[in-house]
Order: sequence, then C-alpha cells, then structure tokens
Amino acid sequence: MPDSVKINVSHANFFYGSNQALHDISVKIRSRYVTALIGPSGCGKSTFLRSLNRMNDLIPGARLQGKVELDGQDIYSDNMDVIHLRRRVGMIFQRSNPFPMSIFDNVAYGVRVNGLAKKRFQLDEIVEKTLTAAALWEEVKDRLHRSAMALSGGQQQRLCIARALAVEPEVLLMDEPASALDPISTAKIEELIYNLKRNYTIVVVTHNMQQAARISDETGFFLSGRLVEFSETKRIFTAPANRETEDYITGRFG
Amino acid sequence: MPDREHTSKHYEQQLRVLKEKLLLMSHKAEQMISDSIKALVDRRPTLAEEVIDRDDEIDKLEIEIDDLCYEILALEQPVARDLRFIATALKIVKDIERIGDIAVNIAERAQELIQEPELKRLVDLPIMADAAQKILKESLDAFVNSDAEAAEKVISNDNIVDDLYEQIFRELLTYMLEDTRSISRAIKLIFIAKHLERVGDHSANIAEMVIFLVRGQDIRHGTRLDRGR
Repeated sequence: MPDSVKINVSHANFFYGSNQALHDISVKIRSRYVTALIGPSGCGKSTFLRSLNRMNDLIPGARLQGKVELDGQDIYSDNMDVIHLRRRVGMIFQRSNPFPMSIFDNVAYGVRVNGLAKKRFQLDEIVEKTLTAAALWEEVKDRLHRSAMALSGGQQQRLCIARALAVEPEVLLMDEPASALDPISTAKIEELIYNLKRNYTIVVVTHNMQQAARISDETGFFLSGRLVEFSETKRIFTAPANRETEDYITGRFG
Repeated sequence: MPDREHTSKHYEQQLRVLKEKLLLMSHKAEQMISDSIKALVDRRPTLAEEVIDRDDEIDKLEIEIDDLCYEILALEQPVARDLRFIATALKIVKDIERIGDIAVNIAERAQELIQEPELKRLVDLPIMADAAQKILKESLDAFVNSDAEAAEKVISNDNIVDDLYEQIFRELLTYMLEDTRSISRAIKLIFIAKHLERVGDHSANIAEMVIFLVRGQDIRHGTRLDRGR
C-alpha cells in the first residue's frame, strides 16, 4: 500500500545521559518510500535512524521520550520484543561487515538463527532469492562457498544488504551505505535501493546530498537535533520552504 | 536578510560573474531599444546603423552566459535557489537576446523610413516606446533585486503596451485607407509598433521567471496547477 504510514514518530526527544540529541521530532515515514535524512555531522540524523529499531538501547544512559510507532505499534512499549523488532527493521551500516564465513553462510546466518527455513532446499532458495534481490547473485553464484571477505567493498555491501533481506524485514535502515564505495559500486547500491522500495520501506542517512536527491522520495533535513524541514525530495532540492535547509543544500555553511 | 555566501568562494564568484554578465547584456539591450526609437523619431540613420552593429555584442554575451551556465551545472550541481537562478539565467538570456534582435528590426525599419518623407508626426509611437522600455527596465530591475512583487506589477502592466499597439494599428489603418501611397510607410510603422509590443511580451516572460526565481513557483501560461508528481 503506497502512501500509507509505516513509521510514525511523534514528539520524540532523545537523550544520551543529560545531553539531549533530538528535540521534539515528529514525522511520518511512508510505506515503500525511500526517505533520506540529511544534515551536518552531529545533527542527530544517525541517532534518529538508530532510534527506529532501538539500536540505541545498547548505549548506556540513552533514552527516548515520545513515541515511535511501527504499523501503529509503539516500539518502545514494554511488551515489544526487540529481537523481533530488529528482524522487521533491518540495518545496513557504512562499513560493510560481512561475517568471516562463506558468502552462502553470511546470507543463511539470520535464516538459520531464526529458524526460517525448514529444509536445506528452502535455505538454498532464500539465499538465491535474496542475493538476486541485492543484485549480487550473478556475480557470486559460482563461488557461494568461498569466503565473503574476498569480495570487493561494493560486493560486500550488497552482501550485507542480502543478509538483511534474508530474514524478510519490512523496513531497511541504512547509515551511509555507499560512503566508502567507488562511483560504480555507489551507482549499483543506489540502483538497488531504488528497486528495493517496491517491497521495502527504506530510510537512508547520507552526507551525499546528490545521492539523497537521486534515490529518495522524501527528505528530512536535521540541524542541531531538530528536524528543520521534511518534504518531497523534489521540493527540497528545487524550492525548499526553509531558509536553513536552502543554505545547507546550496553549500552556504556557517 | 542579506544572502549568506557560499562556503566555496569559487562557486560564489562564478554566480556573481554570471549575474554581472546578465546585467551587462540587459543594459545593452535596453540601450539598443531606446536608440533604435531615437533613430526613428529624430531621423538619425547613423544611430540606426550603430544599433544594428551592436547586436554582435549581445550575441557574444548570450553565448558566454550559456557556456557559464553549463559549466556551473556540470561542475557545481546547483540546487534550490542556485538551480532556479541558473534556470532563470538560461531562459531570460534568450528573451534579452530577442530584445536585441527586435532593436535591430526597428533600426532597419527606421533606416528605410528616414529615406522617405514623414507620414505623420509620431506621437503615439514614442509613447508606446516609452511604455515598452519602462516595463523592460522594471522587469530587469526586478531580476537584479530578486523582487517578485515588482515582477508581478510588470506582468499586469504588459496590457498597457498591448492597448497602445491596438490604438496605433487602428490609426495607421485609417491613413492607409485614405491614401494608398501611405501604405508602405504605414506598414513599416505598424511593424515597429508590433516589435515594441513584443518587447512587452519578453519583459513579461522575464518577470515570470523572476517570480519563479524568488518563490519557486511557476506562473507561466496562467497556470498554477500542480502538474503531477
């Protein structure tokens, strides 16, 4: 269902101990949209991204006030199963981090841990399906049992996306997914993101504004822990409503 | 609030050069229109000749401005206000170039008319020329100052020039009906009036782009429709 709200954040304040990192963030992230989050370092965009699947829980003293709802369900409520939440809301990091095992086992790992495949042939199917979805199958199908560490940086990143897809998430969070890659690998990741939105809701943090412009449907601009503007990407990059947004995206810093 | 400058001084400088070139070009075009009418009214063939020669400078500036826009687009990938500025520059440069051509056309008709006896004392044509030059100047000032309200005024004032054209056309028609020997000269004067009317149209185009530049809103062809996503 396009246009429906997948994640609804209302009046979220986020603290690292006594330090407030996010101030009163309210935003609706739409289902099967690519949503880009931009802003200077330290603006809170990564904190915000990580609050969407409670990755920040691991940081001592971190806490969130306000509400984050996934399909209407408060993900910070006491009865939320965090492991299950992180399966539904997967995460891709800036540095690809394949496990030191074979390509096949990397993708199969989450499937096995979660007991999602009953039989070996089902596992084979899932691995092929997700590697195909991650646009990596053709490149690795003849060496599935070789080490993932031998892949190029761009291939490793697509492998990590495949690994995230294997457990059938609904939302993919990506923190600078292409910043360590060359232009060709970056283009492949961007094309992949564009295609994945048919089936997934994607939220991407990026420092590369042109990348945000290329791949996203909606863009949020963060500054000093505040969400300054959230709008259709086309609008943000042609005629943003807010002067701070405009100054940032046109390169008028400080 | 004054505009904040780009962190990249080089980029800031390129945008400034682009604006200066546009100002220089529009100043030249304005002057050509003014001189072409002066050549006609004061019957000065050498001034008409000068106007025709000056068109090369306008054409040269048009090419320089186009090149600079492409360079900025390719190298700086402008967005938002900067993108709208480049888009505006690429569009209005064409309007300004056409205004230069119009001045040449007026100067050529002036050269022909000067060689014949005066059909009549020109009264309404200089008034129309003043009106056309006024809105041209106002549209260019609106661009320089990024003034959307001034641009709106230009658009609503364009019909003054259109009305004057109607009036001059009717008057010259009566001359032609009364005396067939006047037809050739009267038609040339009608051409000139038509050219001035086009100056008004180009000025309105420029004003529309100024509104786009300032507000990010496309008001051309009377449409404010959201043309879909």
